[in-house]
Amino acid sequence: MRRARVGERSELDAMAMVCVLPSLLYVLVMFVYPFLYGIYMSLRPAKLLGFSLANYIVFFTDEWQYRTVWITFGIAVPNTIVVVSFALLLAYGMRRGIWLERTITTILVLPISLGVILLAEGILGFYGARGWFHQILLGLGVLKEPLVLTHNYIGVMLSLFMQQFPFCFLMLLGYVSGIDPSIENSARTLGAGPWTVFYKVMLPLMAPGIAIAFALVFVMSFGVFPSAILLGQPAGATRTIAIAAYQQAFEFYDMSYASAIAVVMGLFQLAGLLVIILLRRRMVMAATMGVGKR
Amino acid sequence: MRGRLWGLALYMFVLGFILNLLGIVSHVLVSSLAKRWFGTPLPTAFTTEWFAYAWSNFDLGRVLGVTIFIALAVVVLALILGFPAAYILARRNFRGKPLLLLLYFLPLLIPQMTYGIPLATTMYRYAIGGTVAGVILANLVPMVPLAVFILMPFFEQISMNLEWGAAMMGANRFQVFRRILLPLTVPGLLTAGVLILVNTVSNFELTFLVSGAGSQTLVVALFYNVFAGGVRPVYSVDAMAVMYMTTVMLLLLLALRFVRPTQMVFRLDQPQR
Amino acid sequence: MKDTIESLRFRITKRFGTKTVLKDFGLEVRGRQFITFLGPSGCGKSTALNILAGLIPATDGDVWIDGERIDHLPPEKRGFGMVFQNYALFPHMTVYSNIAFGLQLQRRPAAEIRERVGQMLDLVQLPGFEERYPSQLSGGQQQRIAIARALVLHPRLLLLDEPLSNLDAKLRIEMRAEIKRLHTNLGLTSIYVTHDQTEALSLSDWVVVMRDGILMQAGTAQEIHDQPRNVFVADFMGFRNFFPVQVASVGPEGVVEGTGNGMRIRGRTRHALGPGAAAVAAIRPDDVQVGEHLGGPNAFHGKVDIVEYLGRENEVILTLEAGPRLWVHTPERVVPGESVMVVFPPEKVIFLPPDGEGVSA
Ligand SMILES: Nc1ncnc2c1ncn2[C@@H]1O[C@H](COP(=O)(O)OP(=O)(O)OP(=O)(O)O)[C@@H](O)[C@H]1O
Ligand SMILES: [Mg+2]
Repeated sequence: MRRARVGERSELDAMAMVCVLPSLLYVLVMFVYPFLYGIYMSLRPAKLLGFSLANYIVFFTDEWQYRTVWITFGIAVPNTIVVVSFALLLAYGMRRGIWLERTITTILVLPISLGVILLAEGILGFYGARGWFHQILLGLGVLKEPLVLTHNYIGVMLSLFMQQFPFCFLMLLGYVSGIDPSIENSARTLGAGPWTVFYKVMLPLMAPGIAIAFALVFVMSFGVFPSAILLGQPAGATRTIAIAAYQQAFEFYDMSYASAIAVVMGLFQLAGLLVIILLRRRMVMAATMGVGKR
Repeated sequence: MRGRLWGLALYMFVLGFILNLLGIVSHVLVSSLAKRWFGTPLPTAFTTEWFAYAWSNFDLGRVLGVTIFIALAVVVLALILGFPAAYILARRNFRGKPLLLLLYFLPLLIPQMTYGIPLATTMYRYAIGGTVAGVILANLVPMVPLAVFILMPFFEQISMNLEWGAAMMGANRFQVFRRILLPLTVPGLLTAGVLILVNTVSNFELTFLVSGAGSQTLVVALFYNVFAGGVRPVYSVDAMAVMYMTTVMLLLLLALRFVRPTQMVFRLDQPQR
Repeated sequence: MKDTIESLRFRITKRFGTKTVLKDFGLEVRGRQFITFLGPSGCGKSTALNILAGLIPATDGDVWIDGERIDHLPPEKRGFGMVFQNYALFPHMTVYSNIAFGLQLQRRPAAEIRERVGQMLDLVQLPGFEERYPSQLSGGQQQRIAIARALVLHPRLLLLDEPLSNLDAKLRIEMRAEIKRLHTNLGLTSIYVTHDQTEALSLSDWVVVMRDGILMQAGTAQEIHDQPRNVFVADFMGFRNFFPVQVASVGPEGVVEGTGNGMRIRGRTRHALGPGAAAVAAIRPDDVQVGEHLGGPNAFHGKVDIVEYLGRENEVILTLEAGPRLWVHTPERVVPGESVMVVFPPEKVIFLPPDGEGVSA
């Protein structure tokens, strides 16, 4: 086998291509093609001939449908903020390692093994009107009346928190503990208090990690589907856009309309991500202004 | 003093989370062992018959087998497809690389519903929808990129000089791969494998959209049984959920022998080198 | 495997994107020599070495060994050995496996491999370290294993990329001697990359000084040390004092006189500097004489600013009456504020073309 001259780029690129091509083809065939096909389908309504925006018009004029957008944002945004904030505080507190760290992190990993269904069943039972939660609090006299914590918005939020907090926490812990401790120490020796260190030094350093955590948690909660069905009111307050798309596809078998809803869902989620990216830009600028040139 | 309070608050939060978790899990555990349970602190009578019931009525042995087969197939295929791509993306600079990275990132960013519905439609058109192969192929869509992104930092940690050193001693590309790269990326392959395994077993949307009667994984089968609420006794569903949890937890504990908990999630780039 | 090479000739240009890292960097040398690439950080030494090794492609140029063009060969077919700056020992293999790696690839019989690895460990004075892992070795030991690993294959050309830069000063000097000993005993041809001029001078038969990817001067250690061709090389070789002058007169055998800043300096040059040409006169701090009653040519008055004790001598910074600063190493005891007389012995003063000129091989 003759080898091309080392100086020629083509040989190297051929190897690179052979390496990348299988997975690239896979993504193109199994992701890009269906994605584009979905857009195409959404533009060809079942009842009409030719291309038309009818599906989108129907979606945005039907309150029953377009309010799913607000419902989805109403779940995803607060959930993302709560999850990331708590995870950040905990991860930050544990960045130097703490007592029982390994045990705690292991316990926090375990919810990954529970699965949506067990979580849903457990929350329904535990927080239900006759569950232990109410038995204890009513018994202690803390509550007079049982709270309604399931089959509504709160139930969905609880489930999402339990699912996503461990992920987010571990992600941030890995990131925060990767920051060189000498940076923080040198800030301390320069006279910065704990709060200043957090706000002026660590937060800017963590900004990229936080932004990615925000994005991933947001993506996970925006697609909320099984939790919204099992723990919420899938025909009412927690009818998310994923449920709307699913119903069109597999209950009414209108793939065209379903694709349109799916596309709308994708677009709104990308818009949300864009906001996170823009906020991150602002944050980095503010940080560099605050800390000075780096 | 303030530091103490702060530390205390952290422990209180962790304690609250753990109590909450315990409450939820033990409720399901107790319920799966209850003969019947309604509004009392504990059921009046216990039984294990729901497990037997779930096992036989839900065809659980087969579902479990299908789930594990699908998950292992996804792990192996995703690693085979992702390994070389991750190597190139970590090592080479070329025009269009950011675009390629974005393309690999999209399946992880776009809601699975968005591409899952047209994907399912396409698959049913080509008669792979509803089959085990179809479920494997669909799950690979987000898992191949996941493999790429998990493996990339592991390649970046391997100094180029190690590969060059081997080449200087007469190793050709295959020998460099076989003797240097592969052994040095074992931790990365383990991490990626575990993550892909857990993610595939617990993935709901895609499997839900493309699976048929014979190709459901455990989560989807569970969902259908909960959804068919009333028909199935809740205790039997809980028993099934407990079996699911035990399976995944065993996998997870096994995995934790090789991988640190913080490596169990999508790894972010480290802030400093 | 073949014995060492008889001759090496190359000329390479390398660009990363739009940045030119090596510009027509070329050389022709005999084999069996110890050759050093010397230059400041970032000047392209490693790049040049990696191109010679075949690890990265040159943008343009060619490499010839013993009259045979080799730049189309992949690294594993060139038969070179290389020692990397951070050693690049395989962390998942024992010392034995690291050294045996290349032999195993050549499918040598097990007995031969065992014998040759043993010999190598003796040679680098680490017998009995076979079963250790690289992480269990000190920096100096790792470095010796890296050398053993490169030598066991009898490379026809040994490339070393700053192999000593991670070691402490004492170990560096010991290892330097060791490398030289191995090179001489085994009759190797070696190319050694460093930014440390003492290292280069003490080891080399042939020194190549580079700057920003351009060859500044190549020659024996003695030549480079005594007769730098330009201001850059002179600066690198420890000429600390530079005086811009205009050539006033040129005598026989390279004797020149120049004036500048109101000073008249006499020295020697190997360059064609005509009267009226701009030039730079240079002298090392060690060559300046200090005293109160000195006279003759090149004698100047100065005032002592700073005195630093260096052990056997003092480093003194003076301001000459004419204005410029002067660095001097002298055993004389002087105190700040004191007026002294300094003399530049004319045979120690060299005249160079102004900075930016005199750049050619
Ligand atoms: N892969 C690359 N892409 C772009 N620029 C590069 C690359 N590798 C090296 N360079 C640049 O080429 C120049 C020479 O690098 P090189 O590593 O050869 O320097 P060096 O002389 O070995 O320095 P040092 O003594 O610090 O090791 C540097 O300016 C460096 O920034
Ligand atoms: Mg270098």
